[in-house]
Amino acid sequence: MSKSDVVTSDSGTSVPGSEVTTIKSTSHLRRAIRKVGPTLAVTPFLIYSFLGLGIPALGVLYYAFQKDKGGWTMHNIHLVTHGVFLVGFENSIKLGLLSSIIPGILGVFLAYAIQTSHSNLLRRLTTTASGVLANFGGINLTFMFIATLGSTGVLTYWLNALGINLSNVGFNLFTFSGVLVVYMYFQLPLMVLVITPALGGLRPSWREAAENMGATSWSYWRYVGVPVLMPSILGGMLLLFGSAFAAYATAETLTLGLIALSPIQIGNFMNGNVIAGQVNVGYAIALGMLLILSVTMIAYSMVRKKASKWLL
Amino acid sequence: MAALSGAGSLYEVAAAAESEAVPAFSSGSPKRRRRFRWWRLAVLLLAGAYFLIPLYAGLKFSLQDVSGHFSFQAFKNLPSAPGFTGALTLSLKLALVTVVISTIMMVPTSVYVHLKLPKMRRVLDFVTVLPIVIPPIVIIEGALGAYPLWLKSSPYLLSLLYVILAMPFVYRSLDAGLGAIDLKTLTEASRSLGGSWLTTLWRVVLPNIRPALLSATVLTLALVFGEYTMASLDLWTTVPVWIAQFGQSSDGNIQVAASMLGLIGTWILLVFVVSLDRSQSRRSRKKWGAS
Repeated sequence: MSKSDVVTSDSGTSVPGSEVTTIKSTSHLRRAIRKVGPTLAVTPFLIYSFLGLGIPALGVLYYAFQKDKGGWTMHNIHLVTHGVFLVGFENSIKLGLLSSIIPGILGVFLAYAIQTSHSNLLRRLTTTASGVLANFGGINLTFMFIATLGSTGVLTYWLNALGINLSNVGFNLFTFSGVLVVYMYFQLPLMVLVITPALGGLRPSWREAAENMGATSWSYWRYVGVPVLMPSILGGMLLLFGSAFAAYATAETLTLGLIALSPIQIGNFMNGNVIAGQVNVGYAIALGMLLILSVTMIAYSMVRKKASKWLL
Repeated sequence: MAALSGAGSLYEVAAAAESEAVPAFSSGSPKRRRRFRWWRLAVLLLAGAYFLIPLYAGLKFSLQDVSGHFSFQAFKNLPSAPGFTGALTLSLKLALVTVVISTIMMVPTSVYVHLKLPKMRRVLDFVTVLPIVIPPIVIIEGALGAYPLWLKSSPYLLSLLYVILAMPFVYRSLDAGLGAIDLKTLTEASRSLGGSWLTTLWRVVLPNIRPALLSATVLTLALVFGEYTMASLDLWTTVPVWIAQFGQSSDGNIQVAASMLGLIGTWILLVFVVSLDRSQSRRSRKKWGAS
């Protein structure tokens, strides 16, 4: 493959970026392979993604409309849109919204503070830390927070010493409020990771231009900075929403499966807590989650398109 | 650390982040800059407290015995705790298989897309963000419903699915790594010197994206060692599942200790990988200078 390729590559040098031109020794077959080759190189990835993501998704779609022992039905869908499963969706959406908007806003400030700090070390450290912490959901996080805010936790003890009793304030680590606080621990780093490149795309010249025309810091952010960043911020928040809405491990281990969230309800079905006639209800919940997340995803891609207008 | 000087540092930082160099004009009044710094300090301190206090609490719990005194007892008891070695072995095997599959698949794919199919980048961007959007719990539920029995009964089903879960990090990392080097020039140089595509990939591209590859690997490892949802619902006792199950029977300190060990292990690995790579690239630069 090597020798003739060398010649062909050289023959094409006059036109930079052009496809390699042919010479006599290159057969038609080879040219065909060369044309299709790169596309072929991507197909394993596409097939793998289909098998790993597409098939499970199709499985969910299929079983959501199946009776216990086969046969099509709408009963699962009916069950899921009423009663306790509907409450599960409502709670999950509420949790998703709260744990995307709060860390979303805080994350922008944090990322900006890190980026404008003079320390390269701090920036490198936080990038690494964010990378780790953003993936630090689940079991480890649960036990760390039990050690912090559980009934014998360190922070609980400190606050007690200051005369603050957490349960009087309405906070309990093992309920909704606790889950929210714990989720922040990976949501905030995720937002920092997502928004940092966008902050880096804010051109100094824009600020200089604004200042030359007499803009104060406030008016720069009001009319230039925030509008430019807004699509990226919204995009980040949508990602956070998806991540909180979908999370299972942390909420499951923290509340031992006793909180009414959609993922927990699916987990309960998969763990075998099933009443006759409801075997496939878990799939219907999953379908509902997929629908909500698809809407999130579509919004995300629209927002991203907006974001790439200014920030490359 | 270079930019502690103060004046115009915001611009320097922003400019450094951009690919084209933008001249760093210094402007703005010193007064405003000072106010800025206080605000920043408050944010960083608050965030620091939020992220460090739980770490401190976790460490404190894992470093005390039943009566509350300082001891390494929990860490000492960890290896001999029933079931731990089995769980660790399983997690290690899964991690190895995941990293191998993910690297073999993702590296050639992202290189080709960068080099030959820039149009496909949008497709890849889309596909690799899907695992963030489709929840692991839905993937495992659908997989256990739809896959054939021989696949469902193997623990390596988890590895195959972890490759999917790791795709966003792996692709983003490789994508950034490839974007940072002049891939086109490098490959053209290698090809014009007679290197085959495989040689080019192995001896030219790979060494140049080593930092990206390493960070992708580390993130994948962190994912495999922290993943609870799929493993617990697929009924395999990996390390995280073991931690959750173990706590329901006995000593809570061991649980916290195991969790902290997981976190600290990841951090050490990450720092090690970063420093190793930096020293390596420095050495290679020296070699280039000498020859």
